Amino acid sequence: MNVKDHIAQGKSGQTGQLPIDELTRLAAQVRADCVRAVFQAQGGHLGGPLSCADLLVALYFDVLSIRPDEPNWPERDRFIISKGHSAIGLYSTLAARGYFERQELLTFDAIDSRLQGHPDMTRLPGIDMSSGSLGQGLSPGIGMALGARLRGKSWHTWVLLGDGECQEGQIWEAAFVAARYKLDNLTAILDFNRLQQYGWPGANGERTPPWDPDPAAMEARWRAFGWHTVSVDGHNMAAILDAYRQALAHRGHPTIIVASTIKGKGVSFMSGAYEWHAKVPTAAELEQALSELGQTQNGIDDDAGH
Amino acid sequence: MMLDIKDAKQEALRVVFGETLSDLAEEFPDILVLDGDLANSTRADIFAERQPDKFLEMGIAEQNMMGAAAGLATVGFIPFISTFAAFAVKRSADQVRVVVAQPGLNVKITGGYSGLLTGKTGKTHQSVEDIAVMRAMPNMTVVVPADGPELRQVLRAACLHDGPMYIRLTRDPSPVIFDDSYSFVLGKAVVVREGSDITIISTGVQTVRALEAALMLEQEGIGVHLLHVPTIKPLDERAIVEAAARTGRVVTAEDHSILGGLGGAVAETLGEQHPTIMKRVGWRDTFGESGPDDALLEKYGLTPHHVAQAARELLAR
Repeated sequence: MNVKDHIAQGKSGQTGQLPIDELTRLAAQVRADCVRAVFQAQGGHLGGPLSCADLLVALYFDVLSIRPDEPNWPERDRFIISKGHSAIGLYSTLAARGYFERQELLTFDAIDSRLQGHPDMTRLPGIDMSSGSLGQGLSPGIGMALGARLRGKSWHTWVLLGDGECQEGQIWEAAFVAARYKLDNLTAILDFNRLQQYGWPGANGERTPPWDPDPAAMEARWRAFGWHTVSVDGHNMAAILDAYRQALAHRGHPTIIVASTIKGKGVSFMSGAYEWHAKVPTAAELEQALSELGQTQNGIDDDAGH
Repeated sequence: MMLDIKDAKQEALRVVFGETLSDLAEEFPDILVLDGDLANSTRADIFAERQPDKFLEMGIAEQNMMGAAAGLATVGFIPFISTFAAFAVKRSADQVRVVVAQPGLNVKITGGYSGLLTGKTGKTHQSVEDIAVMRAMPNMTVVVPADGPELRQVLRAACLHDGPMYIRLTRDPSPVIFDDSYSFVLGKAVVVREGSDITIISTGVQTVRALEAALMLEQEGIGVHLLHVPTIKPLDERAIVEAAARTGRVVTAEDHSILGGLGGAVAETLGEQHPTIMKRVGWRDTFGESGPDDALLEKYGLTPHHVAQAARELLAR
């Protein structure tokens, strides 16, 4: 039974290849690797990568039909990280999944590194589309989904969006066209963390949500454009897997999964703090972050159990 | 290689585009055409009728269209973007940059209705700076064909070239100047006429007007060396230096801003390799307006007379 079929059975708790607690452990490892890599690079983004870590791990370990040792396998499912500033989240997930050694994460943002500040498909095998200028990822996803249809292929195309980048007009151009072509082989995952780099300051310097924070309002927006929508807690692994299953099963429309998340999730002082969109932790903050994420050592080698 | 311009037959590049791509789709089955709701203007409608399964209407949404083309290119298609040059280049410039040029994907961007003559649409639709924008884009190949026979070969070359390419097209019928013996080679300029008094370097349909200017000047006893540069990038620098060295005086002619297009490219090349006195004929850092073709060419200084006058002025220096 392939992974997709396994997921489609919809068993909760033990869906896919790995038990839920193992996926949760991997998500914590991914978060820790993000913090380590950004500390090593002394630059990069953390809030966004931490908010989407569960979504990425669930997708890469339980849903995508891929071959980490053959990243350009023509029949593979496609994945585009439209919110390209969450690159380190994707790199940490790819490393965990076996695309490359976790140690390479420490080259993040270094000169000549394959792990660029924003994903570069010409550098790192496993990146299906370059991204970084926000709002652009859904459109190449349309091309990949149309391409599958034109070629009679069964690959599914997944695109991870940020809610901030949905302020770009191109997202809604793509939303219209994907629905117009009834691309049910295309799924968007919205990392709905309700914060962005600077955002809308409130009276006391806090940040007010860019959108109506109710996921139902975000779903309504996409439904108005002709999409099938699913809402989910973006930090509940079993619920995420169930949402992915629903998206794969739906016919006649593209699906968007509105995943409610917390920016900076997993590290107390980063959670819900817009300042951590792109900020480098101090050595003490690194230690505290890793401790909260259940990591006993600061280095990647020390925890690289497999 | 060249026919007499007076009796030359006329062909609209947009029609040649639609017809040729329809034929090429038989030979290159991965060709797709993506239209930004202008197919009956750009004549991508010819392709839509002849190759309906390979035609993708993408609506009035150029940014998304460019991204979708990039996605299609990653799975082996040869997507041709079809819209007006004004929109293909500027409306989706960042998309061209991030998902086409940076990853070097095999997307062909055709910019129809380029330059001054856009069927009385005015400045929003006249593309005066598309060559400058596209040639500044790393990884982008830029081709500006002069006539139908050349365009047919350009489109075939585009299918054989793996990488991003911008192809500049025009709306109105224009004289055919190349015959069957003409051979387009990507990256190569071609000497259209040999002479020893002054060099004219031109591109696109402005080469036709430059040729008319050359014929006028020859009536006056001025020998014109005319170099046609269909590939703006990569630029045939050697041919440009050789052409400049022939006469020591260079006029450039293009239906585009004198900033950053062919004139700019020639000036950069000669400035570094063979400093030569020049005059650039083209749009003089201005936007256009709507009006009849003849009146527009006259007002914006693009007629054969303007090219010839620039040559005379340069010779008088």
